Amino acid sequence: MKYSALSLLRNALTGNRNWKPVWRDMSPREEYDVVIVGGGGHGLSTAHYLAKVHGITNVAVIEKGYVGSGNVGRNTTIIRSNYMMPGNTPFYEWSLKLWEGLEQDINYNAMVSQRGVLNLCHSDAQRDAFARRGNAMRMSGVDAELLDQDQVRAMVPYLDFDGARFPIRGGLLQPRGGTVRHDAVAWGYARAADSRGVDICQNCEVTGIRVEAGRAVGVETTKGFVRAKKVALAAAGNSSRVAAMAGLRLPIETHVLQAFVSEAIKPLIDTVITFGAGHFYISQSDKGGLVFGGDLDGYNSYAQRGSLPLVEHVMEEGMALMPMLGRLRVVRSWGGVMDMSMDGSPIIDRTPIDGLYLNAGWCYGGFKATPASGWCFAHTIARDEPHELNAAFRLDRFATGHLIDEKGQGPTPNLH
Amino acid sequence: MRITCPHCGERSVDEFTTIGSAEPVRPESSTDPAHWVDYVYVRTNPAGQHREWFHHVSGCRAWIEVTRDTRTHAIVGVRTASAVRSA
Repeated sequence: MKYSALSLLRNALTGNRNWKPVWRDMSPREEYDVVIVGGGGHGLSTAHYLAKVHGITNVAVIEKGYVGSGNVGRNTTIIRSNYMMPGNTPFYEWSLKLWEGLEQDINYNAMVSQRGVLNLCHSDAQRDAFARRGNAMRMSGVDAELLDQDQVRAMVPYLDFDGARFPIRGGLLQPRGGTVRHDAVAWGYARAADSRGVDICQNCEVTGIRVEAGRAVGVETTKGFVRAKKVALAAAGNSSRVAAMAGLRLPIETHVLQAFVSEAIKPLIDTVITFGAGHFYISQSDKGGLVFGGDLDGYNSYAQRGSLPLVEHVMEEGMALMPMLGRLRVVRSWGGVMDMSMDGSPIIDRTPIDGLYLNAGWCYGGFKATPASGWCFAHTIARDEPHELNAAFRLDRFATGHLIDEKGQGPTPNLH
Repeated sequence: MRITCPHCGERSVDEFTTIGSAEPVRPESSTDPAHWVDYVYVRTNPAGQHREWFHHVSGCRAWIEVTRDTRTHAIVGVRTASAVRSA
């Protein structure tokens, strides 16, 4: 069913009894052209663009849990393209452009809201760094505005501007950044892929990758062997485990990142604000809760829950930025496990095994990349070569020295 | 998570910092770049028991090797760095 004002009206007048499930719940068939391992945002968007852009519809997405149970439902819903490094900027800008047209493309309301992303700076040196970043963005055709303290004050007057430790000197604003309803992204892509014939197989875990004569020929699953001409891995958080099934070792560590939501309050924050003196970002959902997050817990973790010292740290950062937060109650916190790559940038590439493709290493920037990641991965799978936009996200860049280290941290995954 | 430091006893994890896996072995005598790429960048990243370096930075400042389950955070062993070296 195509969603429209008319379909809403028709269903409202018939008591909302005629809505149908928006995708078919499938068990995998014996053989496909492409099997995608992982039914998160990136796997589902890959399936959608494989079907829509490349006409490859004999595709299965195999998901060990249910659609939306992983990181696509565990992030803080922020989209932006304020990247500086060659290789990153055009990719993330393409992602933002795809977000801008997403709802028409997939006929699904994902509540894409370009409310702006404001990065705060707290020192002259940081302002200089922001000027450089903003200039790099504008030279690549990305919107960026350097704001002074008065301009920031006019936008978000409730911050602690004159605190002795972290006075706010200004900010870098990307007006086209914003937020998107993350669950709707998963559901919308699932529905769009399904409508073109893609099989979405939930509660089906991949337990092995079968390789014959240097070529991937299918996957073992909890529902039997599935033969495939091409196998595509999109299981960020667990990429090392999945790739190990094919004997690959990756430049990735798995870490947990926590996020929080407060009780719902009246409209307060109409943009996305990031604290520049620590790692803290906050926005307000349309339901009214303040959604915020901070840094990794710091040590390897496959547990989808975080530790209490980090909870305290994030709350302290929030209080330093916005003292009024102290009067609010936090109603929920949760954790997601991330592929932290060795240079802080992702991998979308072929692998040394023919017919096996890898989409991994998203650190905690995977959500904003969902459309372009799927778009580029679909291209890489269909054409058997990377698109210009993901050409820098190579698996072998750690050996060739072409690292993309946006933060300049070196091979320390817990600091990216 | 609480770590039992061999010198200081059981302490909260926020007294420690970590630099990650203790498993890569520095290929001292190798001149093959592939060995060094493997040492610097590639990780086994197990879901299960994992040996890692922690620094008791707010305590005795010793480096210790902690063996921990990355799924449950259960700690099964702690050794000082000097004990690791002489083992």
